[in-house]
Amino acid sequence: MKYTTDIAREIRKLSLKMVYAAKASHIGGALSMVDILAVLYNEFLNIDPSNPDNPDRDRFLLSKGHTCTGLYATLALKGFFPVKDLDKYAKDGSKFISHTSHYIPGIEISAGSLGHALPVCCGLALAAKRKKKYWKTYCLISDGELDEGSNWESILMAPQLKLDNLILIVDYNKIQSLGSVKDVIDLNPLSEKFLAFRWETFEVDGHDHQALKNVFANVQESNAKPKVIIAHTIKGKGVSFMEDKLLWHYRSPNEDQFNDAIKELNNQ
Amino acid sequence: MRTAFINQLIHEAKTNEKIFLLVGDLGFSVVEPFSELFPERYLNVGIAEQNMAGIAAGLAMEGYCVFIYSIGNFPTLRCMEQIRYDICYHNLNVKIVAVGGGFAYGPLGASHHATEEIGMLRTIPNLVVCAPGDPVEAKAVTTFVSNYNGPCYIRIGKAGEPLVHTEESDIKLSIGEILRIRKNGDTAVFSTGAMLKYVVDFVDQNNIVASIYSFPFIKPVNKETLIDILNSYKKIITIEEHQAQGGFGSAILELINDLLEEKKVSLLPSIKRIAIKDRFYSVAGSQDYLRKLAGLVLDKKFF
Repeated sequence: MKYTTDIAREIRKLSLKMVYAAKASHIGGALSMVDILAVLYNEFLNIDPSNPDNPDRDRFLLSKGHTCTGLYATLALKGFFPVKDLDKYAKDGSKFISHTSHYIPGIEISAGSLGHALPVCCGLALAAKRKKKYWKTYCLISDGELDEGSNWESILMAPQLKLDNLILIVDYNKIQSLGSVKDVIDLNPLSEKFLAFRWETFEVDGHDHQALKNVFANVQESNAKPKVIIAHTIKGKGVSFMEDKLLWHYRSPNEDQFNDAIKELNNQ
Repeated sequence: MRTAFINQLIHEAKTNEKIFLLVGDLGFSVVEPFSELFPERYLNVGIAEQNMAGIAAGLAMEGYCVFIYSIGNFPTLRCMEQIRYDICYHNLNVKIVAVGGGFAYGPLGASHHATEEIGMLRTIPNLVVCAPGDPVEAKAVTTFVSNYNGPCYIRIGKAGEPLVHTEESDIKLSIGEILRIRKNGDTAVFSTGAMLKYVVDFVDQNNIVASIYSFPFIKPVNKETLIDILNSYKKIITIEEHQAQGGFGSAILELINDLLEEKKVSLLPSIKRIAIKDRFYSVAGSQDYLRKLAGLVLDKKFF
């Protein structure tokens, strides 16, 4: 597989397979972040699947741990563990919990409670600064979890510490647990909020691979400012009947829906 | 205790380059010497305890031995989920230090009464829970946690507590160690945290025939030592500056019950728990005043 778009398609199919087999939730938010993961893991992150704990690796922390299927599939395709291991997802006794688990190679932290990863990422980025290391810390959060006050403690702190090695990505799919973000707690104007907090702020179509590549290339600068990429995404992206539907935060596809989804992805 | 803690932390940090101190914008006239000596291993994160606990987790993931320092309920209750999930679930080398345990900041009101945190924290797996009894124990606990690889909570008092142990006593603690202060009679007082000096003075000044044990560790407690102690006494009195439910006395009751069930001890001693009786105190008052109001006192008739 050469193109990140092909990899993204495979991640989507594997994610669907996992939630279908396990009758699990949260496929919508997994599909919305897939393109970001496909681009990051295959063109930007300095990581080595044969040495997942390499001290000089870039750190990627997924804060929206409930969408772990997308990350598990990404890591499997990258070679951190065999793809067939994904069959263990959510099975009794499996390490493949329905929220990310740090017991799985390539996963930096367990995340399930929202608003936890960004403060940890500030600690990682601060450690790199203090130790004069050049690896970067990437943190992917959901839009809904920006309701958590802990995130704003970090958003306030990171520029003070000049954490220009910290790259925050917001998977802005506009839907949270009980409704649209706009109706629950409207985040807009989001860019302006980050700008006011002294972050270098980027906006991107989170499904446009070339645009993602451009933006990730642009956030590598050492300019004393933490970076945020607000990625405009669509919940359920790639499966038309799941797109932009709150229902697919919860629902697991039945057999027909699963087959239709795979067929649609195969035709893309 | 506060002074003993920071002095010993500085001492440890001189030889242990992994030690990193985070403060939550508190520690005026306490933490400055550390920040001046080790600016690269110090940070005031501001008034943001959830962020402080998360940053501590991140630094610990990168190999630091991180101390987070604040007052009373702020580094504990305010960021309890970060302690449970980010620090303890990942079993990280973070030491949570709260000054002002119990009613130490009594006049400042209920917000500053740290009287529930032990019950909450001791339910969390991987976490070692410490409450030294005097400045000498505070120094020993600081040394212990600095050299222990894993999460710890340290409840310390304020500044200027009198010594119980002599200044020369160079205590080296092993995990769960129980310290014998007095050995006498068939009643033993088990004290944790800053109640210790009061207990010793009460027993000495009233010529009471009783033993006193200090528990700088509430979790874990060395079971072999506890079994030996239990075999020597008919009556145990536990005393703590904490709510009765879930606190030190509860921990001792649970341990003794389990030892009895496992047939490691043969008799259940009489156990009197002196602790706060499930209520808040909403009057101004010094630490001594509030302790008395809450019934954290010994009585000759208990012996």
